[in-house]
Amino acid sequence: MDVKNLKEYLCWLYYQYLLITGIYVLEPWEQSIFNTVLFTMVAMVIYTSYVFVPIHVRLALEFFSGLCGGQPESTVALMN
Amino acid sequence: MTESSENKTANGEVCHRATNGIKPGRNGLVKNHYLYQQQQQQKCCHPDEKVHHVACNGGLYSRPFNESFEETPMLVAVLTYMGYGILTIFGYLRDFLRDWKIEKCHIAREREEQRDFVPLYQDFENFYTRNLYMRVRDSWNRPICSVPGAKVDLVERVSHDYNWTFDYTGKVVKDVINMGSYNYLGFAENTGVCADAAAEVTTKYGIGVSSTRQEMGNLDRHEELEKLVAKFLGVESAMAFGMGFATNSMNIPALTGKGCLILSDELNHASLVLGARLSGSTIRVFKHNNMQSLEKLLRDAIVHGQPRTHRPWKKILILVEGIYSMEGSIVRLPEVIALKKKYKAYLYLDEAHSIGALGPNGRGVVDYFGLDSRDVDIMMGTFTKSFGAAGGYIGGKKELIDYLRTHSHSAVYATSMSPPVVEQIITSMKCIMGEDGTTIGRDRVQQLAENTTYFRRKLQEMGFIIYGNDDSPVVPMMLYMPAKIGAFGREMLKRNIGVVVVGFPATPIIESRARFCISAAHTKEMLDTALSVISEVGDLLQLKYSRHRILPSLDRPFDETTYEESED
Repeated sequence: MDVKNLKEYLCWLYYQYLLITGIYVLEPWEQSIFNTVLFTMVAMVIYTSYVFVPIHVRLALEFFSGLCGGQPESTVALMN
Repeated sequence: MTESSENKTANGEVCHRATNGIKPGRNGLVKNHYLYQQQQQQKCCHPDEKVHHVACNGGLYSRPFNESFEETPMLVAVLTYMGYGILTIFGYLRDFLRDWKIEKCHIAREREEQRDFVPLYQDFENFYTRNLYMRVRDSWNRPICSVPGAKVDLVERVSHDYNWTFDYTGKVVKDVINMGSYNYLGFAENTGVCADAAAEVTTKYGIGVSSTRQEMGNLDRHEELEKLVAKFLGVESAMAFGMGFATNSMNIPALTGKGCLILSDELNHASLVLGARLSGSTIRVFKHNNMQSLEKLLRDAIVHGQPRTHRPWKKILILVEGIYSMEGSIVRLPEVIALKKKYKAYLYLDEAHSIGALGPNGRGVVDYFGLDSRDVDIMMGTFTKSFGAAGGYIGGKKELIDYLRTHSHSAVYATSMSPPVVEQIITSMKCIMGEDGTTIGRDRVQQLAENTTYFRRKLQEMGFIIYGNDDSPVVPMMLYMPAKIGAFGREMLKRNIGVVVVGFPATPIIESRARFCISAAHTKEMLDTALSVISEVGDLLQLKYSRHRILPSLDRPFDETTYEESED
């Protein structure tokens, strides 16, 4: 039952997507071109963010911690 | 804007008063107890701040005048532009494919041997027709096969090549509720008094004499019709023409010419625009129903006279319509008449949609405001809508009509009206006037007013954006997005309701809309069915944009750039 509801909801969502982007009026092959292009772009954005965002976040964290803290993490290590 | 309303308050010609929270009076009832005296409330307003009127009623109005044009939500506007952008990109792709002969071109285009001539199919309108309109063409020009009354039968058609061609399946879609015909009083019938009278006249007179009124085409029915129209309008004299469009476009050139000034509302119908252009007069356009804009143009015209020579204008003619068919708004006639009298201009009132549909007696917008029809110099209207016939009329002073009879192109050259059509008008007009001894006409006018109020109120409650005056039987409902135009027409037809959807050339590009025309022939059940279906489709297509922030029509955004440069 839930699966059916979910499927209906997804259909409705896709219909709204068709209407808002305007591709509702296009022919099927044009729709698939649009979907492919959009899907590729979104996939590329996601992949790029997956690859590069963690690195940037780490670098940024290091930068800011160096800026604000400036203290070594542990003073115990120094004593040894 | 506020400045000029201040001026008006100061000289006492026109006054405004906001009426928050007062319900609009019904069309069929005259409510005179809403008379307001002039208030001094404008004095406190700073010239720069916006005054938020909900309605603009002064001593000139005998009833609340509620007109609303809700603002387009920002997100919707952005998405609409995005949709048009995507469709335009695909349009260019298809044009590219056609150009390189990868795809067959189905539509007229430049011929190879005419390549160096002036291009015929390259402007934006052609691009729009080819690449946007063609895709949703099935919602327009649907062939019908019955009388277009409250219900109509449609010929079923399918398209196998995405609306380039249509095949008829041979089936008929029965009993589609007709929300699209200008059948305001329900006189589009093939049975009943009018049809019988028309049939009788057909057997007696035939269907036409193929001659002009000035030669052999003048029949006693025509004379009777003109007398009746004059009586109906309350004017000295009237004349009838066989074509409503030509009534406007051929009579305005007879009335004005070079050295005359025409002040035209920006949303006037194409026939008025054509007539004004043909006349060769100078045309200046004022903002839709905006009296400040009109007064400014009038004052400038009188102060400065004609350009370069500065001679006074020979005539100044104000062109307005009773009900604007795309916006559903009603002209602010009391204010227009006040201005016209103040500045000694002439007034041409096109009552194409309002005659029969407005006023307690169905006598148009003059009756609706309880004014004297003698204050309007030229009363024009059509028989096409409320009377279920064809043609148009012009009413006014006897001198005016006598002049037009000899000078108007459509009076001199056009074939006279067909007698059965004339008879249909006579019978339906007598019915509205109550001269047939029944109250059918009155009841219909009353019914139309009730239907209009009911339908508009319900749509507003559902959360749709509805344009126009509360008493106007033309109900435009905003759709905005290009795909929703086609989807709305199709989904409504699937549920057995025929609607008119309107897109770009007739409206601004982002303000696509569906237009419902209420008829007296619609029963409460039909309206309820239609409303529930509209609500259902509205949910499906997410059309309930309204955020219930009703903007007053006075504060509708308009840019000042089109004003004349002089500022006093």
